[in-house]
Amino acid sequence: MRRLLTGNEAVARGAYEAGITYAAAYPGTPSTEILENIAPYRKEIIAEWAPNEKVALESAIGASIAGARALAAMKHVGVNVAADPLFTFGYTGVNGGIVLITADDPGMHSSQNEQDNRYYAKFAKVAMLEPSNSQESKDMIKAAIEISEKYDTLVLFRMTTRICHSKTLVELGEREEIDKKSYVKNLQKYDAVPSVSRKLHVQLEKKLEKLEEFSNETEINYFEWNDKKIGIIASGIAYQYAKEVFGDKASYLKLGFTYPLPMKKIKEFADEVETLYVIEELEPFIEEQIKAAGIDCIGKEKVPRTGELNPDIIAKALLNEERPIIEYDKSIVADRPPTLCAGCPHRGFFYELAKRKNVMITGDIGCYGLGGMDPLNAKDTCICMGASISMGHGAQKVFNKFNEDMRVIAVIGDSTFFHTGINSLLDVVYNRSNTITCILDNRITGMTGHQENPGTGFTLQGMPTKIVDIPALVKAIGVEHIKVVNPLNLSEMKEAFDWALSLDEPSVIITRWPCVLKKHSQLDREEFGDYMGLCEVDEEKCIGCRICIKTGCPALQFNKEIKKVKIYKTQCIGCEVCLQVCPVKAISKVGE
Amino acid sequence: MAEVKNILLVGVGGQGTILASKILSAGLVGAGYDVKMSEVHGMAQRGGSVTTQVRYGSEVFSPIIGKGQADILVCFEAMEGLRLLDHLKLNGKVVVNDYKIPSIPILTGKRDYPEDVIEKIKEKASTMTIDAAGIAEDLGDAKTMNVVLLGALVKAMGLDEIDWEDVIRKTVKEKFIDINIKAFNKGIKAIK
Repeated sequence: MRRLLTGNEAVARGAYEAGITYAAAYPGTPSTEILENIAPYRKEIIAEWAPNEKVALESAIGASIAGARALAAMKHVGVNVAADPLFTFGYTGVNGGIVLITADDPGMHSSQNEQDNRYYAKFAKVAMLEPSNSQESKDMIKAAIEISEKYDTLVLFRMTTRICHSKTLVELGEREEIDKKSYVKNLQKYDAVPSVSRKLHVQLEKKLEKLEEFSNETEINYFEWNDKKIGIIASGIAYQYAKEVFGDKASYLKLGFTYPLPMKKIKEFADEVETLYVIEELEPFIEEQIKAAGIDCIGKEKVPRTGELNPDIIAKALLNEERPIIEYDKSIVADRPPTLCAGCPHRGFFYELAKRKNVMITGDIGCYGLGGMDPLNAKDTCICMGASISMGHGAQKVFNKFNEDMRVIAVIGDSTFFHTGINSLLDVVYNRSNTITCILDNRITGMTGHQENPGTGFTLQGMPTKIVDIPALVKAIGVEHIKVVNPLNLSEMKEAFDWALSLDEPSVIITRWPCVLKKHSQLDREEFGDYMGLCEVDEEKCIGCRICIKTGCPALQFNKEIKKVKIYKTQCIGCEVCLQVCPVKAISKVGE
Repeated sequence: MAEVKNILLVGVGGQGTILASKILSAGLVGAGYDVKMSEVHGMAQRGGSVTTQVRYGSEVFSPIIGKGQADILVCFEAMEGLRLLDHLKLNGKVVVNDYKIPSIPILTGKRDYPEDVIEKIKEKASTMTIDAAGIAEDLGDAKTMNVVLLGALVKAMGLDEIDWEDVIRKTVKEKFIDINIKAFNKGIKAIK
C-alpha cells in the first residue's frame, strides 16, 4: 500500500518497521513530528520527550547499550546541545542499533542559524545517511539500524526542512520483530576513561576504513548513466532539484551514504564524465573531500552556500536559464510577519516590559521571541536555548563592575527553562548577581505546536505524570525573591517589575497563564476557567489615540478614515489587555 | 507521460490550507499520479503567510514550485495572492477568494492594505474571483471556506473526473463530511 507521507512521518514508520523500541527527542522545527508520529506505536516503542537534546541522546545511548534498537531526534541546533555524548559515543560504539536524526533548516524557516550538520559525522567519526524523499526516509532508517549494528557505530541521519515537511509516496512494510540483545558489562568498551579511550580511538579509525569500503559497495550510493557530458554528484533534496533541472540530460552519482564518502565510486564517476558538478545545499561538505582527493569538480564557485537551494537557483547558476515571470509592482504588498496570537498571555507581559527604561532584555527561543517585534519591541538579544539567563548574567556583571545604570531582564519560556535555563539560573545565584529572570509559564511547549513537557502533567504517550513546581525549583536553587503573577493583569505585572527592579538580589517573576491555543486539561479548567468573552469598542468614546494598538493584538484594527479602533469578533478572545490600556475606557466586555 | 502540473495554495496561518491540500493530494494519489506536496510549519503559522505546494504527474522530482511555474494560484487571502503572483506561469490561472486579512503593519496603521488587489491580479492573469467566505457562511459553517476554494480549484484545473465526494468521505472527520461535500460542490458551481 502506498501512502503520501512527510519525511517525518516516514521516519516514524521506519522506526516501527526497523524494530526500534526506544525513541527520545526534544521538539524543534523541522524535527518535531518524528516523535509525535512514533508515539502512537505504544505497544512496540517507548517514546519520550526529553527535557533537552543532550538528555534525549544520552537516554537513547543507554537504551542501545542495554541492548535495544534506539533513536533520538532533534533539530540541527539541538545536536550542538547533544554534541558532548555524541563525540564519546562515537568512540565506544553500540550494542543495539542507534540512529541520531538531525533535522537541518536551510533557509532558516524557523531557526536562528543554518548550520550544516553533515560536518558532525566527520567530526564525531560516525556513519551518515541522507534521504532525498519520504520513501528513502523510511527505508534508510532500517538501513541505518543494520549499519549501526554491523559496523558498531551510531548513524547520523541528516534530513532538511524540505525532506521533513514534504509529502511524497511511500510503500509501507512490516515490523521486523527482533530479540533484544543481552546487556553485557564491558568496561573496555563503555567506560571511556583515558586508558580505554586511547585504544577505542585506534579501533575507531579502523572502523572508518571498513565503513568507507561499505560506502563504495552499497547500493545506497548509485550511478544513473545518461549523457556523460555532464556528471552530477548530489545527495538529499539537492539530488531531487538536480533531477528537476537536468532530467536525463546528465548522469548522476546519487549519494545516500555520505560519510565516509565512497571515494572509489566518485573517482570512477569523475573519470567517465566530461564536466563534474557537485550540487549541495549549504556547505561544500562533499566538494571539499572530492577536491582534497585531487579530483576536479565545480561546486560552490557557482552554487550558493547560503540559504535554501531550489531548482531555479541551480538552473540559473549552472545553465544560466531563467523562466519568464509576470512583472508587477510588489512594493504595495505589506509584510505579514508572524505575531503573538490574539489573547496570547505574553502580550500583557511584553506591553509592561516595553515601558521600562535602562534595561537590557535578553530573550530566548520560543513564541515569546515575537515580543521583540513591532509594536512591542521588548527584546535585545536571542542566541540559543537557555542563553537569556546566562548571557544576562554576564552582561549584568559587566554593567555592575563599570557602574552603568542598567538592569538585565531575562525572558524565557517554561519548556526552555527546563531545557537549559535551570543551569543558567544556578549561575546567577551562585555568582551573586542581581538579574531579573522572567519565566513565562504558558503551561505547554508553544512554538512547536503544543508538546507536553515536565511542567504539563502528561507524557508524550499520554500518561499522567508529576508536574514540576517551578517556584519550589527556583527556591531550591537559592532564589529568595519569587513572584507568580497573571500576565493578563497589567497592574499586577507592573507591580512585579517595580518590585524586582527595587531589589539588589536575583529575583524570578513567573507569569502563569495557558497558551491561548492550548486545549485545556481538567486542571487548566479548574485553575483558569474556559471562556473569557469578547471585548468591544464604544466608537463614541474612542479618541483614536491608538494606545491599544501598541499592544500588537491582531484582533484590533485602527481605521484611519474615522480615526477609531475596531475589534474583530472572530479574533478576540476577551483577554482584556486592550481594555486595561485604554485611557478613556472606550473598551468594555460585550454584555457588561 | 503525464506532464507535471503545479498547484500553489497561498493564505494566512489558520485558514485551512492544510486540510484543503490533504484532500487534494489524496484525490490525486487515488487517480494514480505521482504527487509531492510541500508546506512550511513552525514560526510561520503564528499569523504569518503560508503556502502549500502540490505537484503531480507521472514522475515528480522537486517538491517545490519556482517562480513562473505554477499552473494555478489559489489565493485564500487576496493580498497573499498578489505576493506570490510571480510564481504563476505567464498563461497560468488564478482563483482568488474575495477575502482580506490585514497583517500587523496594516492593523497598526504603518502600512495600508493595498487598494484593488483583485483588480491588480486580474490585470496580469486569467482570474476567477469567488466569495468563498460568503458561500461558507450561507452553508452555516465559515470554516468550510477552504473546501469551497478546493471545489473551485478542482473545476479550474479540470480535475472533476475524480470522485471527490468519496475522497472527502475518506479524509475528513465523520461529522464534517456532509457539510464539506456541500461546500465542495458550491465551489465547483462557482466556477464557470
